[in-house]
Amino acid sequence: MANVGIVIVSHSPKIAEGAADMVRQMVGDSVPLAWTGGNPEGGLGTDVAAIIAAIGRAWSDAGVAVLVDLGGAETNSEMAIEMLESSRRDRVVVCEAPVVEGAVMAATEASGGATLDAVRRTAEELSPT
Amino acid sequence: MMEQTMQRRLIAEVANAVVTHADELTTLDQAIGDGDHGLNMRRGALAILERLDELAAQPLPDALKAAGQVLVMKVGGASGPLYGTLLIALGKALPLAPDRDDLARAVGVAIDAVKRIGRSDVGQKTMLDVLGPVREELASGGPGLVDRVRRRGAAAADATIPMKAIKGRASFLGERSIGHMDPGARSASLMIAVACTVMEE
Repeated sequence: MANVGIVIVSHSPKIAEGAADMVRQMVGDSVPLAWTGGNPEGGLGTDVAAIIAAIGRAWSDAGVAVLVDLGGAETNSEMAIEMLESSRRDRVVVCEAPVVEGAVMAATEASGGATLDAVRRTAEELSPT
Repeated sequence: MMEQTMQRRLIAEVANAVVTHADELTTLDQAIGDGDHGLNMRRGALAILERLDELAAQPLPDALKAAGQVLVMKVGGASGPLYGTLLIALGKALPLAPDRDDLARAVGVAIDAVKRIGRSDVGQKTMLDVLGPVREELASGGPGLVDRVRRRGAAAADATIPMKAIKGRASFLGERSIGHMDPGARSASLMIAVACTVMEE
């Protein structure tokens, strides 16, 4: 089975792209990866349609882990997941983790063939809750 | 069933009020958030106005669902999914020709959907602190209801001023969020007030 995919969602396209660069440096092309950032007009914010598209680009039958920065990114990502077709909806999770560290950790775990659950747990270990 | 002209006015006047008050919402959000609430809500309202003919022609439940989808896809901030979910859930829960009981029940269902997607509840200095009291007022019935609902919404928005934010960007400010009206509470009370005024006529 393919490796779990990673999606990075930030209010800032620069942060999302930069975090994706850091992920690529760590895992190369072994993990499906996509990033998105900015509102529909290109300002700071997040965009449900763009998040749905990013999940599509990083799609893996093993599932997709989404890393988000602040509240709106999380709410919009959850909305995007709800709007996916039902066969995909249950295979996408939002990780409660810092976006940069979480993305790198999640991707590293994913590159070893870990399950979606394991990828999420690894990312969320970074979060003090 | 709601008359088409009435439905058209309801949608148009609520959306226009959001456009007119965008700067006020932005100013409130600059005080305790990231300052994009007015811009985001304005973007959503303009997208609704672009589809006004289509939305006015649909049965009310379908129009609400369609308007909610527009907000989800166009707004860009957290307010898009939150208000979008509110309208979509409201549309799903309303019958074709709702009476007051139907409306109160449907608003309750819609509020629960907002709580779920926002992982929030009443008392956290959010739009829910207006929606909750408004639903309560609506359910109570009696004379002068529309005016009471409007005033309850405004009072509930004012009541967010002394609250400490527990959810959203404003929660990062902790104690410093006290003393400012929540922008989401304000946008909710604004839209409810305009809707009440249209309904009264």
